[in-house]
Amino acid sequence: MKQLLWIVPLLPLLGSLLNGVVLWKRIPKKAVAIIACGTVGLSCLIGIGAIAGYMASPEYAAHEPFEQILYLWVPAGPLALSDGSVSNFEVEVGFLLDPLSAVMLFMVTFVGFWIHVYSIGYMSQDASFQRFFVYMNLFMGAMLLLILGNNFLVLFVGWEGVGLCSYLLIGFWFTEEFPPYAGRKAFIVNRIGDAGFLMGLFALATTFGTLNYRKIFDRIAVDPAVVETTLVLGLSVAAFVAISLFIGAMGKSAQIPLYVWLPDAMAGPTPVSALIHAATMVTAGVYMVVRANVIYQLAPSVSEVVAVIGAITAIFAATIGLAQTDIKKVLAYSTVSQLGYMFLAAGVGAYSVAIFHLFTHAFFKGLMFLGSGSVIHGMSGEQDMRKMGGLRKVMPTTYKTFLVGTLAISGVPGFAGFFSKDQILTAAFDGHRWLWLVGLTTAGLTACYMFRLLFLTFWGDFRGTEQQWEHVHESPSVMTTPLIVLAIGAVFSGWIGIPRVGHWDWNWFGHFLAPVTETIGGHGGEHHLSVGVELILMTLSVAVAGFGIFVAWKTYGGNQGLAGGQRWAERFPLVYRVLVNKYWVDEFYDATIVRGTWASARALFRFDTGFIDGFLVMGTRNLTVLSAYISGFFDKYVVDGLVNLVGWIFETGSKFFRRLQTGLVSQYALVMAVGMFVLVLFYVVVAIRG
Amino acid sequence: MDFLVANGTAVLFYLFAVITVGSAIAVITMRNPMYSAISLLVCFLSMAALFLLRHAEFIAVVQVFVYGGGIMVLFLFVIMLVNLHKLKEMRLFGVQWPMAVILAILLIGLIVVVVMSVSFGPPNPYPEQLVDVDGEALGNSEAVGWHLYREYLLPFEIASIFLLVAMIGAVVLARKE
Amino acid sequence: MEIATTHYLVLSGILFVIGLVGIVTRRNMIIVLMSIELVLNSVNLNLVAFSYQMSDLTGQVMAVFTIAVAAGEAAVGLGILVAFYRLHSSIDLEQATELRG
Repeated sequence: MKQLLWIVPLLPLLGSLLNGVVLWKRIPKKAVAIIACGTVGLSCLIGIGAIAGYMASPEYAAHEPFEQILYLWVPAGPLALSDGSVSNFEVEVGFLLDPLSAVMLFMVTFVGFWIHVYSIGYMSQDASFQRFFVYMNLFMGAMLLLILGNNFLVLFVGWEGVGLCSYLLIGFWFTEEFPPYAGRKAFIVNRIGDAGFLMGLFALATTFGTLNYRKIFDRIAVDPAVVETTLVLGLSVAAFVAISLFIGAMGKSAQIPLYVWLPDAMAGPTPVSALIHAATMVTAGVYMVVRANVIYQLAPSVSEVVAVIGAITAIFAATIGLAQTDIKKVLAYSTVSQLGYMFLAAGVGAYSVAIFHLFTHAFFKGLMFLGSGSVIHGMSGEQDMRKMGGLRKVMPTTYKTFLVGTLAISGVPGFAGFFSKDQILTAAFDGHRWLWLVGLTTAGLTACYMFRLLFLTFWGDFRGTEQQWEHVHESPSVMTTPLIVLAIGAVFSGWIGIPRVGHWDWNWFGHFLAPVTETIGGHGGEHHLSVGVELILMTLSVAVAGFGIFVAWKTYGGNQGLAGGQRWAERFPLVYRVLVNKYWVDEFYDATIVRGTWASARALFRFDTGFIDGFLVMGTRNLTVLSAYISGFFDKYVVDGLVNLVGWIFETGSKFFRRLQTGLVSQYALVMAVGMFVLVLFYVVVAIRG
Repeated sequence: MDFLVANGTAVLFYLFAVITVGSAIAVITMRNPMYSAISLLVCFLSMAALFLLRHAEFIAVVQVFVYGGGIMVLFLFVIMLVNLHKLKEMRLFGVQWPMAVILAILLIGLIVVVVMSVSFGPPNPYPEQLVDVDGEALGNSEAVGWHLYREYLLPFEIASIFLLVAMIGAVVLARKE
Repeated sequence: MEIATTHYLVLSGILFVIGLVGIVTRRNMIIVLMSIELVLNSVNLNLVAFSYQMSDLTGQVMAVFTIAVAAGEAAVGLGILVAFYRLHSSIDLEQATELRG
């Protein structure tokens, strides 16, 4: 079954091709939906089968991945490496199935499938129904390429592919003004990150002569010194690659300073936000860091940077989330914050914990986005929480599943988020106290703003218009079923990764990922704290979460509605202004980078038209005209002159000789006589001589 | 008288030579073509005499018949045919006459030089061959006749054809259109 | 004194030159034709002189043919003259400039 691995990324791409090219505008919506969801569902089933097949195979038993190579893609030839040797650089198209990619595969296809089903309902009234699913399937194909690729280049192809689909889907409603702008912003910010990513790829290629995971990581495991040589700027190869790849991750996974595109990406349809900007694409950066954990372990300074940035991003985004009024924006900043948690975990070396949090986050964040979509759908497009309230009475299923998600993200024990977040904090505590403190604070803030969202949306009195209240309704089952499924996942996905407490080691998830995360002695989340300290930390995080919920309930609970929030805003007006304006980061970027780029573009344009076009091109034109003129002159006077000279010679000569033709017969006779005389004289002379 | 008898040939020769040359000069210098024609006739006749001095009787007679009786008559007819009113105004000689005179002097000089430098042997006092045919002495005309019809038959026939052609040509050329 | 062949040859030469001057110089076409006859006659004289010198009748036979040819040529030449006279009403050789060019 694992041999069918290659079908997994191919199926959604095929679905995209069918819907987008072959059957474009030719089939009814039902057929489109069946093709789109069917391909993803089939990919999910085949993926599960492949994973099962892999787990039963001898490779798994030997802690080896299953590699399936399809064909040789780039037979580039000899490449000079940085150490002077020459290696034959080749890149194949191949897929790698190991515990890490298995986890990602299951998560992406499972969550992706339910989001596709949800979209059938959400997009049912949209005129571009088919186009939506074309892009969604294309995205799935690219994402699967990304996580299943066996080398960095296939990963990069998927990386760019999901970036493209993100652009297409954010700007899906391109007839409006904002979505295309948001799409461009996402793409451009991503691109900045990709520049760094490419630097990392180049460094890898010139150091190892290959981009294949197994070859690189096996080589490092055997000979770590190869990445500890200094490459540039005093950085070792490992450090350079690690920081370059992380720059790409910063762009893709929305960390400081390249996170600004994610909140604006909410301009796309809600299923897009759920799938791409919560569960899958934004997690690609985390996946990439964990995949290359061997390199990060050998670059401790960079790992430190990763953790710090993760932590700062987490708390930064959480503070902004407290003051947002758009339901999707709150969730967006929440995603940025949770991604920060994942990088924090990866940065301190707890790679399997990072993936575990990624896994649980996909369920509860995806769930909450779909729930918010359900709310927006019911509110006829309204996204401002100030106009909502009391919706739990009319949308019970949405409310209940949303509640599950909120509990999960807040780290309430029993739900998935508790287990994963707690492991992160524990791992941080073991060596990075300050980061642990930041993470703990953020946990409290998370619980606070998430419950704020819940209370504002579903509790209290309805603050919208009469028209909206009449229309508000629970979503159809095609939309609520995925909510329920994901809610179940949000609860139970955590149980497979219960951290080791003392002798009680139920951490199936961690052990499952061990072959990937512990290749060169990484601890993958194992720590050296005593049971007591662990329990204290656990209690602390629960307490902090509870405190956050309490504050939110005190402020927004009951029937207070917006009044509670306003009291806070009056008490801390400056803080409130900073948070509402999102620290003015976007404005800062616009003033500096965006305008700077525009200015330099204009200057270059002037240079191009003025100098290049004006001087060079026109100069060349003038030179050409001049040389044509000279050549024409030459042709006219010299060449033609020669020709005319020949004619003149003949003319003058014939004019001269014409005078001989007098027509006078006597003259001719005289000449003949003279000639005859000369001849006779000649013969006589000859005769005399002879 | 004795002088004449002793040098008869020479006297006759010089006499007729002078007449020939004189009439020749008269031919080319006379204004009136009639006069030139008559002079030419005189020239021919004296040349016939000169031929006789060299025992070429047939030639002498043929000269008189053909030239004198045929060609000169022809010339006279044509002269009379052509209207020559403006004879007095016409310039006699063409522009190139100095050149021609110089050439003439040079040429005669050359001829004299060449001729003088050759020493011929004495001529046969009575040239038998001039009258002999197959050992028989017949006379000059018969001898020439025999030669014409034996060794020189082909040229004879060709000459006759030539005369025919010349006659036709002359008729055609002079026809009135 | 003996009249040697040389005398005849010189005489023939003189007649030839006189005839030549006449051809080249005279403007009257008839005179030119007559000068041509003069030239041919001088040749005859030459032939006869040599025939006598060498006791060979060949010279005289050649002279016969020469006379025949001269006759034919005179006839044709006069025919051309008549045609020319018809065209130009003149027998001035300097007016026969059709070959001019």
